[in-house]
Amino acid sequence: MREQPILEVRNLQKQFGEGCRHCLDPETRQLEKNFCSYCGTVYAVHDVSFDLYPGEVLGVVGESGSGKSTMLQGLYFDTDLASGEVYINEPMLAGQNVLTLSSQQKRYIRNYIYGMVYQNPLDGLKMKFSSIGNIAEKMIAAGSRHVGDIEARSKTLLEDVHIPLRRMKEEPRNFSGGMQQRVQIAKALSNNPPILFLDEVTTGLDLSVQASVLDLIKQIQRELHISMIVVSHDLAVIRMLADRSIVMLNGTIIEKGLTDQILEDPQHEYTQQLVYSLL
Amino acid sequence: MQTKPHFAFFDEGSKKEIRRATLKAVAIPGYQVPFASREMPIARGWGTGGLQLTLSLIGKKDVLKVIDQGADESVNAVSIKKLVRHTTGVALTDQTAEANIIQSRHRIPEEPLRDDQILVLQVPNPEPLRKVDAREYMTKRMHAEDDYSGAWLILFEQIIKYQKMTTGAAHPVYVNGRYVMAPSPIPRFDNPKMHASDALILLGAGREKKIYAVPPYTKVESLAFEDFPFTKESFQGKQCNLCGAEDVFLDEIINQATGDRIYQCNDTSYCVDRLNHSEEKEVENSYA
Repeated sequence: MREQPILEVRNLQKQFGEGCRHCLDPETRQLEKNFCSYCGTVYAVHDVSFDLYPGEVLGVVGESGSGKSTMLQGLYFDTDLASGEVYINEPMLAGQNVLTLSSQQKRYIRNYIYGMVYQNPLDGLKMKFSSIGNIAEKMIAAGSRHVGDIEARSKTLLEDVHIPLRRMKEEPRNFSGGMQQRVQIAKALSNNPPILFLDEVTTGLDLSVQASVLDLIKQIQRELHISMIVVSHDLAVIRMLADRSIVMLNGTIIEKGLTDQILEDPQHEYTQQLVYSLL
Repeated sequence: MQTKPHFAFFDEGSKKEIRRATLKAVAIPGYQVPFASREMPIARGWGTGGLQLTLSLIGKKDVLKVIDQGADESVNAVSIKKLVRHTTGVALTDQTAEANIIQSRHRIPEEPLRDDQILVLQVPNPEPLRKVDAREYMTKRMHAEDDYSGAWLILFEQIIKYQKMTTGAAHPVYVNGRYVMAPSPIPRFDNPKMHASDALILLGAGREKKIYAVPPYTKVESLAFEDFPFTKESFQGKQCNLCGAEDVFLDEIINQATGDRIYQCNDTSYCVDRLNHSEEKEVENSYA
């Protein structure tokens, strides 16, 4: 029997701008990368479809501006997508395109089913609240109203991400970038989400911190069997984390397959260039 | 040349606009209704929200009581009373029972209110989520989506830092199971008085241009955690040094010279009332 994907993504579209007669028809449009030079419309995500299976890590690679983050923000409901369908294999959401749900229901999904680690910790953390408070926020949002329970769980998570407990009452703005990123990861994991999104988690961190954050993600994946989508422009990160990968260029998927296969035998011209520039 | 002021200071159009906002507020308990806060002869932040509510509601037969931090005689209360009297000629009172409109800052009177009375509270900061996000459009969205994790988070942070909830005033409340509301800076002691109140409670924020309401007999719950329940300020074992009242909100007065502490009713008219009653009894007894 074939395994059921936990997340099915079909034909995502996201554009910035109205579009004009030169670019509205996808068959005939002539774009400069993803940009219509007549009306200035940007087609950020175009016809993106993929499946995410339980316990799997899916890598998304591509150059900056290729629509990776926009796609992820769309999936996490941070930005509205123009069209497309997303199905989550959870009993209460079966058969429903979650993009069309009400904002309350989307919030439910964010609080109970999704976890998100942003590239910039400023987006994912409240810098004026303590680290433990930041983790608590997500648990409170998911209905927990017991201080003792929240505190115990937050402490476990902080230990898991190697943040000394003596600093748990400190605000993350006092922390280094790597520590902030680890607080974000702890927050995203706080209510055991079945699906975790990681957006350029190690970009901008120095190498040793990068290694420890990657280690942590690997460990989480092994122990908790969380399905993850890892967005990165860094092929080394993708190679280390992802089982399967998709390559994006100008808002579309140009190649998908096993990560090793893509890296060993890239088919698309751009992927070839990307892989060779790694060496 | 001084022209005669319009009844209750406002033109009728202004009163109507404020009343419309008030009606909407009553219809959606705890929801902050924006309104066009008028320029007033007192500065914003000095009770203009409450004053505008009072002036839009008051009629010639009404009796008004104004309290400021529990006292009828403090400057702010006296100025507001003078302004309303000057523009309406209504009767003023110190007696909670006699008034049918009670405008208050920071307190709900000790004496239980009745269903023919309206309590008007002055509010400096109507937004319980302001600390969570400084942007109005974000807090509005949180209210719309019933997303109050931030309100609990503020309390959680206090518990983590100080092992208890440290809200000195304006402890947030859940109104009718839907909107989280700042009950104006009343002490936690007064929060339970809002629950299923006989009187209509109106709250006005002049500077922030918001009106909201707790209609009579509405469920009002103070936010709390399962293992950290909501508690009132406790004055156990203490009583008013003038009237001997217990189980009321007491002011602590420290004698600078000796360092002694005495306690006194914060609600002055309640205290005076009790003193008068006990004196009457004394007189009766001495005659007998």
